[in-house]
Amino acid sequence: MTETAMTQTPKSRFQNFDFKTAGPAIALILLCIIGFLLNPAFLSEGNITNLLTRSAFIGIIAVGATFVITAGGIDLSVGSMAAVIAGVMIIVMNGAVDTFGTGVTTVLIGCGCSVILGIGAGFINGFLTTKGKIEAFIVTLGTMGIFRSLVTYFADGGTLSLNYDIRGVYRPVYYDSFAGLPIPVWVFIVVAICGWLLLNRTAFGRYCTAIGSNESVARYSAIQVDRIKTWTYVLQGLCVSLATIIYVPRLGSASSSTGVLWELEAIAAVIIGGTVLKGGYGRIGGTILGALILTTIGNILNFTDMISNYLNGTMQGLIIIVAVWLQRGDWGRKHKNN
Amino acid sequence: MKTLSKISTLAAAATMSLAGLASAETIKIGVSYPTPTHAWAAGMNWHAEQAEKRLEALYPDVDLVLINSPDPSAQASALEDLVSVHGIDALVVLPFESEPLTDPVLNVKKSGALITVVDRGLSQPGIEDIYVAGNNPELGRVSAQYMKTRLESGDNIVVLRGIPTLIDNERFDAFMAEMEGSGVNILDHKHANWNRDDGFEVMQDFLSRFPDIDAVWAQDDDIAIGVVAALKQAGRDGDGMFVVGGAGMKETIKGIMDGNELVPVDVLYPPSMIATAMDVTVAAFKSNGPVAGRYILGATLITKENAASFYFPDSPF
Repeated sequence: MTETAMTQTPKSRFQNFDFKTAGPAIALILLCIIGFLLNPAFLSEGNITNLLTRSAFIGIIAVGATFVITAGGIDLSVGSMAAVIAGVMIIVMNGAVDTFGTGVTTVLIGCGCSVILGIGAGFINGFLTTKGKIEAFIVTLGTMGIFRSLVTYFADGGTLSLNYDIRGVYRPVYYDSFAGLPIPVWVFIVVAICGWLLLNRTAFGRYCTAIGSNESVARYSAIQVDRIKTWTYVLQGLCVSLATIIYVPRLGSASSSTGVLWELEAIAAVIIGGTVLKGGYGRIGGTILGALILTTIGNILNFTDMISNYLNGTMQGLIIIVAVWLQRGDWGRKHKNN
Repeated sequence: MKTLSKISTLAAAATMSLAGLASAETIKIGVSYPTPTHAWAAGMNWHAEQAEKRLEALYPDVDLVLINSPDPSAQASALEDLVSVHGIDALVVLPFESEPLTDPVLNVKKSGALITVVDRGLSQPGIEDIYVAGNNPELGRVSAQYMKTRLESGDNIVVLRGIPTLIDNERFDAFMAEMEGSGVNILDHKHANWNRDDGFEVMQDFLSRFPDIDAVWAQDDDIAIGVVAALKQAGRDGDGMFVVGGAGMKETIKGIMDGNELVPVDVLYPPSMIATAMDVTVAAFKSNGPVAGRYILGATLITKENAASFYFPDSPF
């Protein structure tokens, strides 16, 4: 309904659109002001760098989730997928030490393995959803449990730790900077730009939007719905594997508690950013702001002792709801009608 | 009809006497605990298996049955099976949750079995014959005592807590009580959920927020790993900075043995307490001394001198 109204009146569409775009940005700026007022150290260079680096994991995964959700799907398995990929990467790299030494080759083998696993896991999700004709929610709920228990199994219930010598070689991928920005942030930027181009400037992006709006119409319009939908899950898997590649060097370990609830954070980032949960409309830029907002909330709560620790969840929940309300609420449109 | 029922009564009597015979010969002890889903529990699983091998080798007439369960209701069913299928003489149980398992354990007791409860108490007193547990308040107190030996009045520390639970509160309250009056400033405390990633992020934020931190109480070895990574990233791991964790993870203990200055000590909250409980339970059948009672293990301070006796390189934890 909103969309038809928007296309009918171009002038009001402009005003309305502007508000929707600005919503997440306004929320983020407000959060930053609050953070600065609570403690000026919030805007210190070190903290901003930490914030951006921390957002990179959820942000990269959320870029993939934007495609899945825009095409009308959902992927609940990303957190567990990240954990199992991290676990297998560590096992493979530890195993490769004997043959390939502790150099760059071993790290590249680990990264290659991560990409293959990510794409493979994404393909399984996509294939079961499209060809298996099972709801995405159920497929990915199933794979979520499978991936999570696999990492527990691989780690024998404990923690998988990366060989200490490889850690030295791999560590810079998380901790080093290039031109003032940490490498994870660069990866995040590149993934975001690629995601934006793919969604807004290619046929694939338009197909995703079309499928999300109305799958039957898309099918009658000769869009290969199954193939495109499967691709969105493969893309999601690839994003998870990239996030894992920059996650592993941080602490060099993976356990059953790795990536817990990342799926909900990624979905929340996508929705806060203005993408519609039921599909048909997606915004990469918003997703990135959404990821930044989520990380900033946690960061601000660590910067103050005004709020009881036990109420952290309440604050997060309130801010998420307000951030979405800022762009969905009727107050913008009332203003327009006057 | 009559003969049939007679035969079945006979058969029943025969099985009963057989079962009686079997239990007279071997002492069956059921050991029930949650399926390991985190490192500490995996360590417990490993120690339970080690104790099983050791005790069965020591006493040929003792049979230990280890069962782990993924949730409270599965554990309740497992307890029923231990009684009906295995006919256990004693039960060693680490309850998933106190409330839902109190009745199932009570039913096991009614079958005549000796009950040993580990770590997490039941919600009704007097069910267990033997209680073996770590000491959470003591963990906080011992950590604080060590802090006081290294710090002076006016020094600053930050505290990273676990998951908001009774266990976390007991540790934290005892720590704060012991630190009181020492003049050491506790700048702030935040929950890091016994998790490496959260430990890393909370510590990063503490470091941005407070320019002067002299020591960190991380309460847990997993959190401590995240804290150490954050300290190294910020280059604030020198100048006598130190981190106190807790639990007794093998990597941490190895570090203490090797003289790691950043994590110089650890406070024990051992997953091997399940082995202690199994030993005590077997002793109830074998020892000539009384064993019923409450065993509260000490929260030993692990230092370079005594670390070797707490180091189990093959354990997953």
